[in-house]
Amino acid sequence: MNDGVNGVALGVFIFFFVLVTAMGFLAARWRKAENEHSLDEWGLGGRSFGTWVTWFLLGGDLYTAYTFVAVPAAIYAAGAAGFFAVPYTILVYPLIFTFLPRLWSVSHKHGYVTTSDFVRGRFGSKGLSLAVAVTGILATMPYIALQLVGIQAVLDVMGVGGGEDTNWFIKDLPLLIAFGVLAAYTYSSGLRAPALIAFVKDTLIYIVIAVAIIYIPIKLGGFDDIFAAANDKFTESGNGGLVPNHGGQWTYATLALGSALALFMYPHSITATLSSRSREVIRRNTTILPLYSLMLGLLALLGFMAIAAGVKVENGQLAIPQLFENMFPDWFAGVAFAAIGIGALVPAAIMSIAAANLFTRNIYKDFIKPDATPAQETKVSKLVSLLVKVGALVFVLGMDKTVAINFQLLGGIWILQTFPALVGGLFTRWFHRWALLGGWAVGMVYGTVAAYGVASPTQKHFGGSSDEIPGIGEIGYIGLTAFVLNVLVTVVLTFVLRAVKAPDGVDETKPSDYTADAGDPGVQVELPPATAGSSH
Amino acid sequence: MSQAPPQSGEPVVTPVRVVIGLCLLAPFVAMLWVGSYAKSDPAFIGIPFFYWYQMAWVLISTALTMIAYKLWQRDQRARRGGGSR
Repeated sequence: MNDGVNGVALGVFIFFFVLVTAMGFLAARWRKAENEHSLDEWGLGGRSFGTWVTWFLLGGDLYTAYTFVAVPAAIYAAGAAGFFAVPYTILVYPLIFTFLPRLWSVSHKHGYVTTSDFVRGRFGSKGLSLAVAVTGILATMPYIALQLVGIQAVLDVMGVGGGEDTNWFIKDLPLLIAFGVLAAYTYSSGLRAPALIAFVKDTLIYIVIAVAIIYIPIKLGGFDDIFAAANDKFTESGNGGLVPNHGGQWTYATLALGSALALFMYPHSITATLSSRSREVIRRNTTILPLYSLMLGLLALLGFMAIAAGVKVENGQLAIPQLFENMFPDWFAGVAFAAIGIGALVPAAIMSIAAANLFTRNIYKDFIKPDATPAQETKVSKLVSLLVKVGALVFVLGMDKTVAINFQLLGGIWILQTFPALVGGLFTRWFHRWALLGGWAVGMVYGTVAAYGVASPTQKHFGGSSDEIPGIGEIGYIGLTAFVLNVLVTVVLTFVLRAVKAPDGVDETKPSDYTADAGDPGVQVELPPATAGSSH
Repeated sequence: MSQAPPQSGEPVVTPVRVVIGLCLLAPFVAMLWVGSYAKSDPAFIGIPFFYWYQMAWVLISTALTMIAYKLWQRDQRARRGGGSR
């Protein structure tokens, strides 16, 4: 699809890549604490990040390279249906405003590093905590794999790593290098590396979007022409459209709601949240995070521009990189590709750290070596973060890309099933731990089976994330249906278990733990006071 | 799932808290009622209604969250001032 290597673009890309690599290694010295061998230090950046760092970190974390490639790709392929990402991110913020400060407080009071830590403490159930941990790890791994897919798309369009006739080693070498660098600085700097690199990533992304959203429409003759061209394409193919039809509205709304509920169940979003300095930082963040949603909306429109610009790609993932390559001068295409490439490194690093925290705290420490010292915990966590990334790499290189996408789709459905235990637990202790486990199991099984049964023109299974909602008859997001089922089962089982007086676990938290803020008595900052106070 | 603000013990539902709850609930009503905005007209600088309306809601919901945040802060301060903690 392209003729040879785009030298200028590649040069610019490599320049930025080297820059962030240097930053990644230097990050270990940034706001360094004295006790560097604790998991808090490596895995939560010492819990010292203020409003702006948290904003960059969360933004870098949630709006990934894959998002930037996949959202416009969905618009490019299907039109309006792909725009659900915008209402989805709008709904996220009122949600986190409501429950995340409580999670922050209780986690800082009891030294929880992961969501599973909280679930274990709240419900006194290692089984439930294991279920949450395993779900988190399973849902995160394909997500990391997709970040590598995002880098691959950019490399393909630049003309390196593409081509069917080159041998596999040359073909995958650039990806291997990117991967090796990512692994090395995550290992040495922990969460500080992605936090620092996120500054570069966001700056680049904002510049690229601002330029793209002004420059490309001018070149294409304005939004009128762009949407007219898109409308022609959708009418001609009979697939998709500029506005969702009546049947598509249920799908649209359930996808937006289900995804919004699921987003902050992902371990990597929680890791970024818990690393903030105070409860206030989180609430303040919900008022500035929507800036990213606006950016996402503008970015989504690029999908229509790709249609109007006559970009024809078989693999929708390449639509946006190809649009940049066609429309921008070479050097600026390089900047745009660097933005996407770095946009993949930041979340990949945070995700692997989050998955590693889960494994170390809730599987290794709970089940394998209960007397592990903090230094051992950190060591295991670092190793696991490496393993998780190698796993993702094998995933991407060894299997078809659609496998990673299918698993990511499943991951979203799965992770939503931990909502009742986590968010339910933050507000009430009424749910019984075994009922939550039962609800989770039902949701997982239903979601997996339903997703397996969805066929698309190109795939027999896992063809999409929507299916008929039993009892309503409309097509809706499977994850949300599974979630409703999960809640129903949990409530019914709780009534039953309470009636038969099944043993309730020990709750180690108190109501006041959920509203404690930094500076309140008993709130562990878990840092030497000098360090905690020195961050701005 | 509760949209009501977390409660900390004493007088639970106050007018301010109802307003906070409504600010946080409004985006859900607006965004999940897809039928209310699934149309192309009126367009804005060539962008169909469906798209610019949702982007406008990014700004509206931001403003609402900000109001909720300010009210919540004031509510908490009043409470702490009253010696409730």
